[in-house]
Amino acid sequence: MEFAEVSLIRFGFGPGPWPGADGPDDLLADLAQPDRTGQRWPGATQQQALDFVRDFRALRKDFRANPEAGKLPFRALRTQIKDLRDDALRITLARGVDDRFGFRERLWAFWRDHFTTRALKLQDFPMAMAHAEALRPHIAGRFTDLLQAAILHPMMLQYLDQSSSIGPGSVMAQRKPDRRYGLNENLGRELIELHTLGAGASYTQTDVRQLTELLTGLRATDAGVTFAPKFAEPGAETVLGIRYGGDVAHKSDIDAALQALARHPDTAQHLARKLVVHFIGPQPNPTLVDTMAQAYLDADTGLIPMYEVLLTHPSAQTPSFQKLRPPLDWVITALRTLGVAGTDIASTPLKQINHGVLQPLRRMGQPWREPVGPDGWAEDAAYWLAPQALAERINWALKVPAALGGMRPDPRDVLPHALGSRPAPLLRQAVPRAESLAEGLALILVSPEVMRR
Amino acid sequence: MLSRRFFLQGATMAGCSMAAHPLMSSVTLADTPGENRLAVIILRGAMDGLDLIQPYGDPQLALYRPKFDIGPNAGAADLDGFFALHPAMAELLPLWHAGELGFAHAVSTPYRGQRSHFDGQDILEAGTGLDVPDPMRQDGWLNRLLQTMPGTHAETAFSIGTADLPVLTGAAPSTAWTPDTWLNMSDQGRRLLDQIYHDDPLFRDAAQEALSLTQGERPAAYAAQKGKTAASESLAAFAAQKMRGSTRIAAFSLSGWDTHVNQRLAMAGPVAQLAAMIRVMKSELGPVWARTSVLALTEFGRTAAQNGSGGTDHGTGGVAVMAGGALRGGRVIGDWPGLDEAALLDRRDLMPTQDVRAIAGWALRGLFGTERAAIEQVIFPGLDLGDDPRILL
Repeated sequence: MEFAEVSLIRFGFGPGPWPGADGPDDLLADLAQPDRTGQRWPGATQQQALDFVRDFRALRKDFRANPEAGKLPFRALRTQIKDLRDDALRITLARGVDDRFGFRERLWAFWRDHFTTRALKLQDFPMAMAHAEALRPHIAGRFTDLLQAAILHPMMLQYLDQSSSIGPGSVMAQRKPDRRYGLNENLGRELIELHTLGAGASYTQTDVRQLTELLTGLRATDAGVTFAPKFAEPGAETVLGIRYGGDVAHKSDIDAALQALARHPDTAQHLARKLVVHFIGPQPNPTLVDTMAQAYLDADTGLIPMYEVLLTHPSAQTPSFQKLRPPLDWVITALRTLGVAGTDIASTPLKQINHGVLQPLRRMGQPWREPVGPDGWAEDAAYWLAPQALAERINWALKVPAALGGMRPDPRDVLPHALGSRPAPLLRQAVPRAESLAEGLALILVSPEVMRR
Repeated sequence: MLSRRFFLQGATMAGCSMAAHPLMSSVTLADTPGENRLAVIILRGAMDGLDLIQPYGDPQLALYRPKFDIGPNAGAADLDGFFALHPAMAELLPLWHAGELGFAHAVSTPYRGQRSHFDGQDILEAGTGLDVPDPMRQDGWLNRLLQTMPGTHAETAFSIGTADLPVLTGAAPSTAWTPDTWLNMSDQGRRLLDQIYHDDPLFRDAAQEALSLTQGERPAAYAAQKGKTAASESLAAFAAQKMRGSTRIAAFSLSGWDTHVNQRLAMAGPVAQLAAMIRVMKSELGPVWARTSVLALTEFGRTAAQNGSGGTDHGTGGVAVMAGGALRGGRVIGDWPGLDEAALLDRRDLMPTQDVRAIAGWALRGLFGTERAAIEQVIFPGLDLGDDPRILL
């Protein structure tokens, strides 16, 4: 199988209207270009999100003070926030079907998942969307920058409870002892365990505790992320053998610790392994992982050199597809397979996006931007193929593609496009025997050939 | 490992049922999984045992947790003058008094040190000790239990809900389903699905289960209302429906226990959901409740002291919840370590005084007659079962 065909399946969202990349160089060159897909379908900004939070608070206060008069404006804002959430899904779908090779969008999904955040309250949704957008400029840059953008963001600080982690010896804690201020380990722990070194790497509970103390003072406020020394634990902290700070707390110590975590050899191994597991399969080739980790360290946490090793390795080119597209990625692939364009999706009313995609994703086991924990979505193919989740995918494939974009192509025309050079004799035999056009299309979309990657 | 002797007995005894031969000894019944039932609920996120079963008789607790509601004076239900039950579970007090609800306190898996949810859940569901290397933790302990049981089939064990359940994953077949799912395909479409998945085992097995579970008329929904408690109720009702039939083991999970912030509010929801699950199981199981044990287990407990956000951080020792008509309940079992700072693990967590796997192990021994050696070597490798706490009637 040619690289162009394999790479669309494994590193993208399946075949689309354009041919795939001739080789790894084309994919990497595309990443080095400006983010045209992102510019075409722009997402929420941090300022927008901050404005939403401020308006939400003000209107909620009005509503509580005067329910009669405050009800309608408050309800209207809540609707706006829900629309923004649904629109972010619409944008994600449009980007996925429109991106030529799909690799940039797949990487975006990978790093979104690596730095999972989740809005636990309605008013947090705009900030969660802005967090995902803040990662985009760095997914083909250096991990040091990506880590800074991901961690020093109001959404991450809020999701992992950083704003309520206050140094017990800080000025604030001393001033108000009755408040019983204290540490919260959540961010310190996940920063090591999930975002950098990885669980089981060479760190101890003391490192987690010390990093937690070092992070105190970092807070999400109405203005975004701030560093407030009066909340910071005084004194130096030692994380993984490196000593940070002194009597006076500085944000630069936190920056330095993030840089050191990014440059740690265990981080290189963790990220390399995770990329291979995500794109290729559950048993990564150890030499490939080592080579990727070394390329990352040699390039001072450069991501493109690591991607290059991955794309050029023989295991990236084998036509046996071990991974399963999780529901969101599969929905994008299904739409692409049917020839739905970004403009079709962009002109679909939000209500239809909500009923036709957002709610079905929940039933398929992947509610939009709501993973259970900070470790994100599962990689294991079998996880996504529980019988009821498969049944929900079949139900979706039966009725939704026609509703989105209004297209009902003939299954016999879609089939050769979807399969390319793959033999798939059972599917080629089954599709023409379907009783209806809808069932014929559904068979293609739920086939192992379209679902695997 | 299943011995050849069991296979031979299984072949000769096929067709006999317990109802037809009430005097059969447990040995000759080896061709069926028996009549007892086990439901395992994995509580994801680390349930705070000190808040569910509050040792309010220890004055330290209130000192560690000034922002918490503690003991009967703050709304909890007194159990025995020392422990009190979280108010959101008070609806189950009649079960406690009937001996159908009990708890094991200060228990934990062998997991220590890093206090990671993910590693903690891995070990809880794998049922192994820390000495077992990661690649060995490929299957769950409920699956290894199934492998020791004779005469099982795919519906002997059910995992219920959309979440993955590693505790039941492994070589022995089991079925996974969510109560409100249906499949809207024509008969011809169903046949073609069967065809396109024929050569891909992962798809083939999932599709066959989906097709067989959606045959005939679509059943009516259990709970009319919506929301998390209703979802828990319908999950439990579906489990009960299967357990009234040929299913002997049901597993599902309940998340929401990671109460780092404002625990007074955050804890009430999942506790109420857990209580609802147990209540619905009892009512829907009917006479089968008498042969049922429910075990709710979590990856670890939480810190003895509240944190800076009115919540608690990851800890070690915690609580296992037990319910069922087969239970000898109405007790909080365990060796209570006390809450003095010196008695805490690392001066922060409730000291675990018993391996939670021993609680589960004795339940398996009582329910399914599983050999002690199988429990200590195969199901929970490396476990010392210790003395029988006589959990079951």
